[in-house]
Amino acid sequence: MDPRTSVINERLRRIGRIIAVSSGKGGVGKSLVATTLALTLARRGCKVGLFDLDFTSPSTHLIMGVKNVQPKEDKGIVPPVVKGLAYMSLVYFSGDQAAPLRGTDVSNALIELLSVTQWGELDFLVIDMPPGISDAVLDLIRLVKRIEFLIVTTSSLLAFETVKKQVSLLQDLKVPIIGVVENMKMNTSKRIQQGTEKLGAKFLAGIPYDPKVEGAIGDVAKLLDTTLAQKIREVAASNIT
Amino acid sequence: MHEWALAEAVITAARQIAEKEKLKEVKEVIIKIGELQQVEEDILRFALSQLKPANFKNAEFHIAKAETTLKCRVCGHTWLFKKQKLDEATAEAIHFVPEVAHAYIKCPKCGSPDFEITEGRGVWLENIKGVR
Repeated sequence: MDPRTSVINERLRRIGRIIAVSSGKGGVGKSLVATTLALTLARRGCKVGLFDLDFTSPSTHLIMGVKNVQPKEDKGIVPPVVKGLAYMSLVYFSGDQAAPLRGTDVSNALIELLSVTQWGELDFLVIDMPPGISDAVLDLIRLVKRIEFLIVTTSSLLAFETVKKQVSLLQDLKVPIIGVVENMKMNTSKRIQQGTEKLGAKFLAGIPYDPKVEGAIGDVAKLLDTTLAQKIREVAASNIT
Repeated sequence: MHEWALAEAVITAARQIAEKEKLKEVKEVIIKIGELQQVEEDILRFALSQLKPANFKNAEFHIAKAETTLKCRVCGHTWLFKKQKLDEATAEAIHFVPEVAHAYIKCPKCGSPDFEITEGRGVWLENIKGVR
């Protein structure tokens, strides 16, 4: 048998809440929301970890401008502290190289990192998930007992259609859903809010499209000065902390 | 000391099996380590000896090494990992997460990074034996 899975919940034992930031489709701003949420919680005085599990398209290191850091080895792998977060990503090991991973490889890499990463004591672990309902999402649900989901969509009905499937799956599996945020909103329509509520999930916020966000990539101070960050602070204050 | 975390996983899994099988004492633990992860056997063995619980006191840990075989999904070519020449940094990255091999290794025949690790990936708990 694979011995690694038996130790995963022990590794996560001293973490208060585990929040998976997920989306039905790519390109909706999931990694930006995950990173901003983690930074926001840390600036509210919480001990926070950020775990980039979007193995085939990792981007949280670019959002935070992470350079020249590596985890330490101490009875496993200890994530370095980056911008106030315990930060773990596959990019420490794959570098700038493309890592073309099949589903079983993604599962194996995910299990490896979950079983050897020593997070220590945290109030929150925010996970940047791969988009969709892939092997990694199913593995996380299977292996991480206390996982909760925060789902990101845009105003597009195409993006929301995939959210419907994801919400339905999570509800069937009895996995808690914190709620849905509508990102890059460019209208005043309540269509996504109403659709979310119809699914029995909580609508957390409509985040207006903010052209400043693109220019803030790689600069945490600028990122935390955007409308996106303002809205995430409100979500964190009223729904998470 | 990444091996320590793997040893902890082996002990935790072996304890769970012993409990399920109602073994009072565990006598033998058989472990296979795949060449790809380049686990240091001495460190693993030391960690196992330090981490073993009371009912594993007399347990022997048998560690077998498995060669790593890779098979290209594009052209079907099969080759052995030990024939790869890797620099130290790459070898270390693969040691931590064997799947990153896909970022550094390509099929020697057709150049594709789309290959399967058919054997010898990482640490595997083969069997445990004990008395009820």
